[in-house]
Order: sequence, then structure tokens, then C-alpha cells
Amino acid sequence: MTNTADRVDKTNLDQVVIRFAGDSGDGMQLTGDRFTSASALAGNDVLTLPEYPAEIRAPQGTVAGVSAFQIHISDHEIYTPGDEPDVLVAMNPAALKSQIARIKSGGTVILNIDAFDERNLTKCGYEVDPREDGSLDDYIVHEVPMTSLTVGATADIDVKKRDAERSKNLFALGLVSWMYTRSLEPTIDWVEKKFAKKPEVVAANIAALKAGHAYGETTEMFADQFEVVAAPHAPGTYTNITGNAATAWGMIAAGELAKLPIFLGSYPITPASDILHELAKHKNFGIRTFQAEDEIAAAGAAVGAAFGGHLAFTTTSGPGVALKGETISLANMAELPMVIINVQRGGPSTGLPTKTEASDLLQAVYGRHGESPLPVVAAYSPSNCFDMAIEASRIALKYRTPVILLTDGYLANGAEPWNLPDVDGLPDISVEFTTEFNAEDANGNPAFYPFLRDPETLARPWALPGTPGLEHRLGGLEKADGSGNVEYSPENHELMSRLRKAKVDGIASDIPLVEVHGTGDRDTLLVGWGSTAGSITYAQTLLEQEGTPVDRIHLTHISPFHSNLGEVLKRYKHVYVPELNMGQLVKMLRSEFLVDAKSITKMKGLPFTAREIMSGMNQHIDGVVA
Amino acid sequence: MSSTVEIQTDPTKRGHWTSSQEVRWCPGCGDYGILAAMQFLHTELGVKRENSVFISGIGCAARFPYYMNSYGMHTIHGRAPAIATGLALARPDLDVWVIGGDGDMLSIGGNHLIHALRRNVNIKILLFNNQIYGLTKGQFSPTSEVGKVTKSTPMGSIDAPFKPLGLAAGAGASFIARTHDLDRKHMMATFKRAHEHKGAALVEIYQNCNVFNDGAFDAIVKRANRDEMMIDLVHGEPILFGAEKQRGIVMHGGGATIAEVADVGLDAIAIHDEKNPDPSVAFALGQMADNRQSPTPFGVLRAVEQQEYSEAVENQLKLAKKNQGEGNLHDLLHSGATWDVE
Repeated sequence: MTNTADRVDKTNLDQVVIRFAGDSGDGMQLTGDRFTSASALAGNDVLTLPEYPAEIRAPQGTVAGVSAFQIHISDHEIYTPGDEPDVLVAMNPAALKSQIARIKSGGTVILNIDAFDERNLTKCGYEVDPREDGSLDDYIVHEVPMTSLTVGATADIDVKKRDAERSKNLFALGLVSWMYTRSLEPTIDWVEKKFAKKPEVVAANIAALKAGHAYGETTEMFADQFEVVAAPHAPGTYTNITGNAATAWGMIAAGELAKLPIFLGSYPITPASDILHELAKHKNFGIRTFQAEDEIAAAGAAVGAAFGGHLAFTTTSGPGVALKGETISLANMAELPMVIINVQRGGPSTGLPTKTEASDLLQAVYGRHGESPLPVVAAYSPSNCFDMAIEASRIALKYRTPVILLTDGYLANGAEPWNLPDVDGLPDISVEFTTEFNAEDANGNPAFYPFLRDPETLARPWALPGTPGLEHRLGGLEKADGSGNVEYSPENHELMSRLRKAKVDGIASDIPLVEVHGTGDRDTLLVGWGSTAGSITYAQTLLEQEGTPVDRIHLTHISPFHSNLGEVLKRYKHVYVPELNMGQLVKMLRSEFLVDAKSITKMKGLPFTAREIMSGMNQHIDGVVA
Repeated sequence: MSSTVEIQTDPTKRGHWTSSQEVRWCPGCGDYGILAAMQFLHTELGVKRENSVFISGIGCAARFPYYMNSYGMHTIHGRAPAIATGLALARPDLDVWVIGGDGDMLSIGGNHLIHALRRNVNIKILLFNNQIYGLTKGQFSPTSEVGKVTKSTPMGSIDAPFKPLGLAAGAGASFIARTHDLDRKHMMATFKRAHEHKGAALVEIYQNCNVFNDGAFDAIVKRANRDEMMIDLVHGEPILFGAEKQRGIVMHGGGATIAEVADVGLDAIAIHDEKNPDPSVAFALGQMADNRQSPTPFGVLRAVEQQEYSEAVENQLKLAKKNQGEGNLHDLLHSGATWDVE
């Protein structure tokens, strides 16, 4: 490939936010994924925000059918997928219409003008072609006939015209790759592997990719080429990872670290299904994935596998957790280890299946009948899902309890570079099964008491079917302390209820302290949990730049709380809690610690921008909201 | 106190299989007979009690695991087949029995039952059918007859009942059988067949609830009625019944009817073939269960060989290891595109 860099100015950028948008059949997610991968391989820090409609294929050309992928690439550490994109690639009028308001004023808009015919304009409600009514005056607009150029580029390849047209996303990728000096090689490798069995598809896609690149290089239209150089990452080997993949790998790692086979009971649900798909690919680790007839059976099968001595998981989203509630309570009563992973989405009911929200926190902590306390942990970034899957498993196994791990749609589908951990440095989370008698019965005979607890952890012994002499019956009925026989006495139920609670509370001494990010002596604290970590961190950075620095903490453990949390909160005059719900953690903090924590909320199916958090703080300061 | 010294009991005696827990069904309940049959069966099976697991849901029948000296779990309403499926997949080395009533298995848990049967998971499901909700004190169940007057149906039930064995045949069950709580020998023989079967087995047990639905099956299973009302199925034999074996079953396009041998001749009587791959024959027999009115088949309706589920799961694990090599965590983490930062 000839280098025409001498013709254009290559400008160094410290960061850029690009948004690819098109019809849901246009392959925008793939385009975004590939650009992410090439950027990560180039050493940038990257964060992504895929957004796609709930319908598999909403009517073509409509606003409802628009699928978008936002990517933030940077030469320094970044925390969000970007508040305002600098560049929009719009494959059709609907994409332009639905996305333009988000684009930074003065930003670049690249249009596939082949799709700007009257029919498509009408479909998405444009009465006048937006290229002609002055509505794009604030933007640098590039009009590119992507579809016809793609068809032209693939003319010599034996593909149908329709299939050739489908490669136009690769043309767009090639063009943007040229603009931001991204190598095409990783994408070419990927295409060759992905379509190995369809050489004509490989040829068409590569031709389109190269044509897009050449178009940028040769046309006068694109005078500028930009470069975002590598971010100064810590030394190590990196890979690009989504939250769902990291969760699945964390589950596999947990099985290896616990030296137990993994069992996953699951039922397809957006946005959690990819965890099931990923695990199903790795049966060579001895993983049993069971796609059950429903959410309840998925959780039930996990309980059964846990009784049999497997490290048992069930993966789902909020509606599925609602259905699993009774089964989770059974695991709670029987005190069997199990990890429930909730990839949260917008609710209630079917809600916004493909959009992110963090509104299942109270459901996780309190959403079961009876007093059924259980540990709840939450991941804060895509790669952190790996660590938290291990941590949830550690707690479940050590304390013989169901544990809920909360992630969300944004973490699940978002991607970031991950400094791969040294496998040998991961914690040993193995536990011992009981194989011998641990008590004497009323007649002085040796006996096995399934509810004779470890005095330190209050965990009960875990004896597996197949162990001679330790035959015992678990169940949902209240059990006698110690012997584990069915027992309804008032004193025993009170005792067992308090023991179950004390066991979960006691985990607080076995989890890390919450760490203050900042100087520790400011009067304002931002408190986050889950996927808001990046937005809150960026808000903290901006506040510091503006001369109003704040401290920040981020909770990874919500039940029980970090043991120093109350003390930390009480150090601050002002405590703000940004959440993608209507104020759930803030309720818990206020009731638990009697602090006047203020809530900042968002319910739009999207992550916070840093500016939204800052404006939420200002609203409290100005007295706009209580 | 830690010791593996066990009080030795004789596995060929019922006491070896009896837990220390007091049995708390109503006096006269049919469940006592079923428990005894199961315990006596275990004195003959030559299995170890640590390898048997009884999983139940909710209902009177579901207390069963507490009374067996084995591993067990009394779970939640309707979910026993799902929980047992997880255990059977995790631990193919165990004997997993599932115990439940008609409400548990066919109403709240109907979905789990049919899916366990169609997957052919290696679990043995005993359906205690008493045609009533007992534990909640007498509401009609999914097997109650139309017109049944109960607390929740003072004007009589208007729900058409399930015929559980027809349902099982429809779900593709590989083993389907019926027995009743008054005949321990028949129960033991039927449970034994279920135990020997590789795959999911459904055994319906006509079980008397002497408090809320007393005598529901008297017209069939009382000793005086058995000759004329119970149709004993014997593999390879013509399906005949009656004191003089004077009646039999004739199969015809899509159904089974009862005929007098004298009218149709012995050659017209169907030969029972429990191995028939076509489930419609078992379905036709399973639908012959108008309990208060007409003769009803007992014994094994269907016992066919099908791929057992946990074996298929294990085969895939072995194949994955063969094709991909033993899983290696370091390699997994490095399986995507990676780059090094110095």
C-alpha cells in the first residue's frame, strides 16, 4: 500500500470518540468490534458502548432499527466510552437522524449517501434531505457512496450483488481505519479465519476493506489523517475483553482454582446469553452447561449439581432472577454454595432488554421471601468481571451460600484492554469436603451433623452423596441447629435465622476494605458501585481540573458491606451516590449508616456521562433536588 | 469424635434403609406402603445407601426422603425433576430417585417433568397419584375427575384431568409404568424395573389419600375388583384380563379398546410389546385410565432404549478434550489477539 502521508497532514490526537451507526442488518457491531480490536492491538486504551435494538431485525431503514457502536480510543487511561462522539459514521438516514444530536458540535459526519434516497428519508421521517436544509451546518460532512464503491470494488469477485453490498460496513471500517491510521492486518486475519469456508466472502470483505482505505488515501475529501498513539499501559500481556467473556473466563478460572468441575444451569436471556455460549465452547475444561427448560429449572439444576459437589452457577438477567427467587431461597436454607450472575438490564418486566441499568440491587439484597440474607458482589469494569466471578465463587464455596454477582448490559457488551493476570498468582479457593463423622448422636454413636457449623466462618460441613456413613437429608424446611433434622420449634427458628444472618455478616471481615481514591481529606465523597466506576472516575478528574476536587470510593461488596464503609462515609460532609436506578444503594447507605447521602440517578438505558454526574451534584448544591 | 467407624447394620434388612426420623403421614395413608416397598426393594438391590439420593418437591409424598436412610433433598414445589437433573448430570455415579405427588409433578412442576422425560435423564420418578391436594387439605388436582366437589370446587371441578402415562408417552418417555399402593410385590417389581432402566423412568402409583379422597381407586385396586378391572401387562404376551382371561385389548388405528375374546378371537388381541419404538401404543394404553369406570393397565407400558442424557453429556466432554486438549487456563486467557507492553 502506498503511503500518501506526505500529501496529508497527520495530526496527533490524544483521544477520539467514534460512533458507527446503521441499520441492524448493516453489521455495525462487527465494524465496531474490529475497530476496537485494531485499536487495542495498537496499544490505545479503549472503551466501548455497543447499543442495539431489542428486535432482531426492526423494519429496515427505520429509527427503531438503528444499531450503533461507540468506541473511545486514547493515548492515556480513559474511564468512559466518551460523553460526546467526535465522529459519526451513518450508514443510512435513520442512523443520522437518531444519532446526530449526540455528536459534538464541529464534529465529523461520514454519510453513506447511497442510502440517502427518498424512500429511506421518508421511512425515518425526514421531510427534507438533511444535507440540504442546513441542519448539518455545525458539522464537517463527508458524503461517500459506500454501497456503490463496495459493489465496484468487488466486481471481479464471484459474489451476488446483494452479498457484495453487505460488505459496505467493511468499506466504512477501511475508511475510518485510514483516517485514524489503524492497521488493516488484524481485520484481514480475522476475516480470513471467520469465513475460512467461504473464500468468496473473504475476498469480498477484504476488497471492501481495502477499497475504503484507498478511498481515504486518494480522495481530496479527507485532508487530515489522525493518529492516536499507544497509551502508557503497565507492562504486561494484554487482550481485549468484554464483560460477558471475562465473566465466563472467571467462572472457568474459579473451577480451576477450586479444583471442582463447573456446572452452569442457564436459560437464554438478553444480555446474559453470551456467558452460556462462551462456557459451552470450553467443555474441554470438564464444564457441564445445561440449557434448561426455564429459568427456574436452570437454577434448580445448579442446586442439584451443588449438592453433588460441583461449583454451580446460574446466569441470567433481572426477570430470570425474579423467577429463580424461590430456588435461591432453597440454596439459602440448605446452605449450598451457588453463584447467581445477574447481567442487569432495564426493567421492570421485559423493559429495555438490550439497554443497561443497575436497578436490581435491592432485588439482589432483599428480593426473596423470609429472612434470606446472602452475599452480593458487583463488578465495576469488563475485565473486573473476571475477578468478581472468582470472588463470588470463593465466598459461595467457603461459606456454603448462594452469592449474587451483579454485572450489567454495559459491562457485558463493553470492551476494554485487559492486562492478563498470571494464572499462578490467582488465589486458591478450594475447600474440603467432609468425609468423617463430626458428632455423636443422643445414644453416643458417631454421627454426621450437617448443620454443625465451623465456629469461625459459621459455614456448615459439605458432605457429598457417595460418602459412606454421612447420609443426610437437606431441604427447604427449617432444620435443627447441629443435627439438621426437621425442626419447627420457635427457639430453633430464631436461632437458625440469626445464624444465617451472622454467617453472611461475618464475611465482612474476609473481604477487602473499601479504598479511598483521592487525598482522603476533602469534604465531598462520590460513592459508586457497578459499572458507574468509569464515569465517576472521569467526573472526579474533571472536578479536580476545575478546582473542586472530590474523593471517591467504589463498592465491590454490597452484602455485606466493606467493614470500613461506615467510618469512611462519616468522614465526609457531602456524600453523593450516582446510580443507574432511582436511588437503591443510597437507600441502603442511609438506613445502614444514618448518613445524609444524596442520590444522583439516571434511567435512560445508557451509562452516565461524567458531566451528568457533575450536574447532578450541582443540582443538590443549588437545592434543585433534595 | 472424628471417626469413620459406623454402626454396622445389615443392608439386607429394612432397618438399614430406615432413617431415625418419625414418619408423619396420616394413619392409613397409602404412602406408608410405598415407603415400605422402597425400603424392602433396597434390601434386594445390592446398592450402597451412600449412593442413593431421593429428591422430592412439596406435598405429602415429598416428605419421603426424610424417611429413607440415604442422601436426600426435600426441595420446592414442582422443581424436584429439575434439581434431580442437575444432580444426575453432575454425578452420573448415583442412583437418583424423584418423589412427588400429582399436584407437584403435573401442575406446578409439569414443565420440568416433561422435559426430564424427553431428555431421558437417568432419574427414576415416582408419581404418587392420589387425585387430590392433601397437604393443603383437599383441593382438586390436575388428575381429579371432572365434577369433583372439593373446597375449591364446591360446584364440581370443570377441569379435564391429565392422564399421566399418556402425557409421559407424548413427552417421549423411554420408561412408563403403573402400580398401586396395596400391592407391595407389584410395587417392588415395578420400581426394580425402573431402577434397571437406563434413562428417565416414570412410575405412576395409584395412592389412596384416606383423609381427603378416600377410596378413589377402590373400583380398580380392591382385591375383589382386581380381576375385572386391572389389566396386567406382560411383555410378549397377549393383553388379557378378567377372572377367566375372557377379555382383552384390541389395538386399532390410533387407539386401544376392550373386547371380549369370544367375540374377536384370541388372534385379534394385541401382544404387549413394551419395546415398541412407536410411543403411540403406550399412549393408547396410558389413556385407558378412567379410573372409576373402566379397566386400567398396570405394569410396564413402555421400556425402550434411548440415549441417556448424562452419558451424552459425558461423551461431549470427552470429545471436547480429545479435540481441544485438556483445558488450560493460561492458554484460554491468551486465546484472543494479545499484545505486549514493555
